[in-house]
Amino acid sequence: MRTVTFGAVLALTFAPAYAQDAKKEIQKYQQMITEGSPVELYELEGEDLWKKRQGPKNVSLEQCDLGMGPGRLKGAYAHLPRHFPDTDRVMDLEARLLHCMLTLQGRDLKEATKRVFGNADRPSEMEYLSAYIAGQSRGVPVSPGMEHPKERAAFELGRKLFFNRAGPWDFSCASCHGEEGKRIRMQDLPVLSTPQAARPVVATWPAYRVSNSQFKTMQWRINDCYRQMRMPEPTFVSEATIAMNMFLTVTGNSEPYRGPGTKR
Amino acid sequence: MTKSVLLGVAALLGACAAPLPIGERPRVNGDDIDQVTAVLKRDFHVRGAAKMDRVEQDVVQRTCNLYADSPPPEVAKPLEAAQLKAVRYPAGSLLGDWKRGQRIAQSGRGMQWNDKPGAPAGGSCYNCHELSPQEASFGTVGPSLKAFGRTRGNGPDMQKYVYGKIYNAKAFNLCSNMPRLGHSRTLTEQQIKDLTAYLLDPASPVNR
Repeated sequence: MRTVTFGAVLALTFAPAYAQDAKKEIQKYQQMITEGSPVELYELEGEDLWKKRQGPKNVSLEQCDLGMGPGRLKGAYAHLPRHFPDTDRVMDLEARLLHCMLTLQGRDLKEATKRVFGNADRPSEMEYLSAYIAGQSRGVPVSPGMEHPKERAAFELGRKLFFNRAGPWDFSCASCHGEEGKRIRMQDLPVLSTPQAARPVVATWPAYRVSNSQFKTMQWRINDCYRQMRMPEPTFVSEATIAMNMFLTVTGNSEPYRGPGTKR
Repeated sequence: MTKSVLLGVAALLGACAAPLPIGERPRVNGDDIDQVTAVLKRDFHVRGAAKMDRVEQDVVQRTCNLYADSPPPEVAKPLEAAQLKAVRYPAGSLLGDWKRGQRIAQSGRGMQWNDKPGAPAGGSCYNCHELSPQEASFGTVGPSLKAFGRTRGNGPDMQKYVYGKIYNAKAFNLCSNMPRLGHSRTLTEQQIKDLTAYLLDPASPVNR
């Protein structure tokens, strides 16, 4: 009761009261959905898949090296994307997982990428695995690779892509994510080229989305932005998508990872 | 002497570990744009109506990219004039049906790879603009257009301006965030007339 009165006083003190109330309601909703989030279930399912023998070689992913050594998951996600000497490529989580599916498990590219984005009824293998592996980085500061020339080149390419206007609607990422305090419909738009806006984003992706009951990966997030930008489709874990991921993650680096998050 | 050598060494070391330019918009030249376009061609693929020619930039996009959306007037003005010249105004009244216009303003469909090819597109107006006071879910990327006709008038000149602005926003502000909805063939002539009525008709909720 006291908190209610206190809230009312606050709302009266700071004009405009309506906007304050709306913001508060959204925050309350955010807290509510986070408390009831099924993220843990995705993590558990992901752990099963990580340990499941699959592919022509009938082996699990347990010896997959996500950058901290084979099978070492603690903090691995927080250090992605990064350059991997064995492939001489900058890879994000999904690129590396795919690499392990192809090499360790001997799976075919077409089969392994047939269904990278799932739906509410049937999430994808990538989504479950992302939830499990990202969860092993909770509390670890986000620190992607920033030293290797290819890591730096990926950041630079992502930065250029972010501001590149093209397509029938002349959009770049910055068309929506370029100015402070703007929104599309009721959705607030973080200015992802600034550290203060990018930090809470990269600290909470991948994430469960309440509005459509789906677990979403960073590759999906980038894919769906390009759909709305009216562009052709980015190919899964292509260099462009990893560069974009690198740009966002480097921009938002240093905050402890606290995902997988729960979104509206 | 020793000092300058030391400075040189320091600069070299600095260049090696130079911090990444976080939070800064890049300055791009023509080669950068060509590189980015080549990457898009290699790493993106056609899906539905979203064909690969969409990654190619026209002169407006290229200019806005080159000048970080702020080209000098001597560059912007002739390009805006050329865009305006290409606006095709229909004969007769430019005011369509505001009720149909309202549905077009609400719809965010069109031109995406998951949109049904051939199905009528929307204008996505509410994504970025406030229009009718009855619609609380509106974006703020563009300016509020509430009471647009009531405050700006709705005579022939205003009709022509509104029609032209929806048809090709870049004819009036070269690097506007707003899509060129007629120029890109997103909306038909009739749809743009309906939206013009939605903004200008005194009976439209936008003006009530």
